[in-house]
Amino acid sequence: MTGKSESLRDAYGVELVARGDADPELVVLDADLSGSTRTQLFGKKYPERFFNVGVMEPTMVTMAAGMALSGRTVFASTFAIFAAGQAYNMVRQSVCYNHANVKIVATHGGLLVGGDGGTHQMLEDLALMRGLPGMTVIAPSDAPTTRAAVRAITEFQGPAYVRLTRENLPVVTDGSFALGKAAELRPGSDLTLVAVGAMVARALEVAEELHKVGVEARVLDFASIKPFDEKALLKAARETGAILTLEEHSVLTGLGALVAAATSEAYPVPVRRIGVPDLFGESGDPWLLLDRYGLSKERALEEAWELLRGRGKVN
Amino acid sequence: MSAVAATADLDALRTTAREIRKDIIRMTYAAGGGHPGGSLSVTDLVTALVFHELRLDPAHPDAPDRDRLVLSKGHAAPALYSALARRGFLPVEELLTLRKLGSRLQGHVDRNKLPVIEASTGCLGQGIGMAVGMALDQRLRKGAARVYAILGDGECQAGPTWEALMAGGHYKLDNLTVILDRNQYETDGDTEALMGIEPIAEKFRAFRYETLDIDGHDFPAILGALDTARSTKGRPTAIVARTVKGKGVSFMERTHVYHGKPPTKEEAEKALAELGGGSLTG
Repeated sequence: MTGKSESLRDAYGVELVARGDADPELVVLDADLSGSTRTQLFGKKYPERFFNVGVMEPTMVTMAAGMALSGRTVFASTFAIFAAGQAYNMVRQSVCYNHANVKIVATHGGLLVGGDGGTHQMLEDLALMRGLPGMTVIAPSDAPTTRAAVRAITEFQGPAYVRLTRENLPVVTDGSFALGKAAELRPGSDLTLVAVGAMVARALEVAEELHKVGVEARVLDFASIKPFDEKALLKAARETGAILTLEEHSVLTGLGALVAAATSEAYPVPVRRIGVPDLFGESGDPWLLLDRYGLSKERALEEAWELLRGRGKVN
Repeated sequence: MSAVAATADLDALRTTAREIRKDIIRMTYAAGGGHPGGSLSVTDLVTALVFHELRLDPAHPDAPDRDRLVLSKGHAAPALYSALARRGFLPVEELLTLRKLGSRLQGHVDRNKLPVIEASTGCLGQGIGMAVGMALDQRLRKGAARVYAILGDGECQAGPTWEALMAGGHYKLDNLTVILDRNQYETDGDTEALMGIEPIAEKFRAFRYETLDIDGHDFPAILGALDTARSTKGRPTAIVARTVKGKGVSFMERTHVYHGKPPTKEEAEKALAELGGGSLTG
C-alpha cells in the first residue's frame, strides 16, 4: 500500500535544480542551512544565482522580495520555525502585501524534527501562512508530491509556502499533485480520513486496519492546504457522513479546524481531529514523539471507532 | 561646491521643495492624519532624488533601466507622493485624497494601488532589505539602474535594518545608496533618549559603506554626496543626512509632537503662511 521511504528534502533539491535549468533567471536564497534544506545542490550547479545570506532570515525574505519585484522567480529556504516564525512579518509585508513572486520552501516542519526539541518543532506554520491573503500553502505527503508541488508553484506568479518534513516518508502517491485538488488515495464510503503531510501515510495504515474488519475508509491527501479543495471535502462529507482529520500541526489552528469550519457551514457531519494539542514539542525520537503527542495509529483508530459508533455503523 | 551642484538649478530645487512642503501640510490636514514631521525633514532629500539624481521618465514609469527609490521609512509617504505628482507621475489634485477610502495614496507607500512606488513599505527594517535585493538583481542582470533607499533614524534601532545593511556591504553593492534622514526624533521623542543610534556614521563605516555625513537641507551638499555615491566603486554608499524634524514650519521643528499628528486648521494655515502662502486646498 505504501512504498519505501524517501526524502522530501532530496526531492526538493533535485527539483529545484531542474527549475533552475528551465528558468535562467530563477534565484535561490538560503540562511545558513543549505545542506539541511538541500538548496546546496542548486548552489553547486548555479553558484552565481545562489545567495546564502547567513543567519538573517528576515532579510533573506526581504531580499527575496526585492529580487522578485525585479521580475524573477525567487526561492527562499530555511527551517519552518525561521521562515514562518522569525520572518513572519517580512513574509506578510514584503512578500504577500507586495504580491512578490517568492516561493518559500521550509523544511523541518512539525514534531518529526525530533532531537532539536520544541524550540525547533514548528507547529503553527500552516495556520500562519494560510492566513495571509494571496499565499498558496502546500504540505506534501511524500517525495513525488514534493517534486510536483515545487513544479506547480513555479507555474504562477505570486507567493507560495511549502512545508517539508525532515524525516524520510513512505511514498504514498504517484506524484500527480494538482494545486487546489485533494488526492483520493483510497476509496471508501464508511468514513473519511482527511490528512496532510507525514500523517497521510499514517491515515493509510489506519484505513488498512479498518479494512481488515470490514470498514472502508476513504483517504484524502490535502497537500494543497490553500487553495483548499472544499468540493472534495464536502463530497466526502455527503458520501461517508463522518470525518477524521490527521495532522502533525497544532490541532487548534490546522487542517482539522479548517475541515470543521468548512463542513459546519456547508454540510455538517461529525468531525474528530487528530493533531498536536495546545503544547510545544520536546526532544526525542521523531516517531516516538508522534505517539507521545497523540498522533499514534492506535489513537487514530480509537477516534475512527468513536465516529463509526456515532454513525451507528458499529456497536 | 561640487561640479554637479554648480550646474544644477539650485533655486528650482529649493522652489520645488517648498511646494512639496506645502503639499505635505495640505495633505495631512485634509487627511486628518499622517506623518508631517518626518515628511518635512526628508523633503529636500526626496526633491534632490526625484528632480535631479534619479533617471525617471513619467512617460515610461516602468522602464527596466529606471533608477529605483525605496522609501524604507514608508510613513514619509506624503513627501514622496507630492514629489512624484510634481514630477508628472500622478495628478497633483489627487494628493488631497491621501488616506481616504478608495485612494491610491495609502497611509504608507503602496505599490498595489500606485505602481510607480517600487516597494510597499511601512513596517520598518523591510524596505532596506528589498532595496538590497533589487541592487543584487541589477548586478546579476548587469543592469545600469541604481537603487536608493531612504531610512529613518528610528528605523536604525531595528535589527533587520542592520541585517540588510550588512548584506549590502557584504555583496559590495556599489549600485546601492542608503540615505538616512537623521532628524533626531521618533514617535515618542529624541532617539538618543529612547535608544541611541549614535555614533551612526561610524556604524555605517563599520558595515563597509562609503559614508558621508552632511547637512540634509543643503542642496549643494546633497547633490555632492549623491555624486560621490555614483562614482564610488566596490562598496555601497551611506549618506547620513542631518535634518531637522518638521523643517520649514517653525512650531513643528525639533519636536516629536508632529511625528504622527496632522496640523489643525489654524496650524495648517500658519504653516502655509510660513512656507510662502497658499490655500489649504492647493
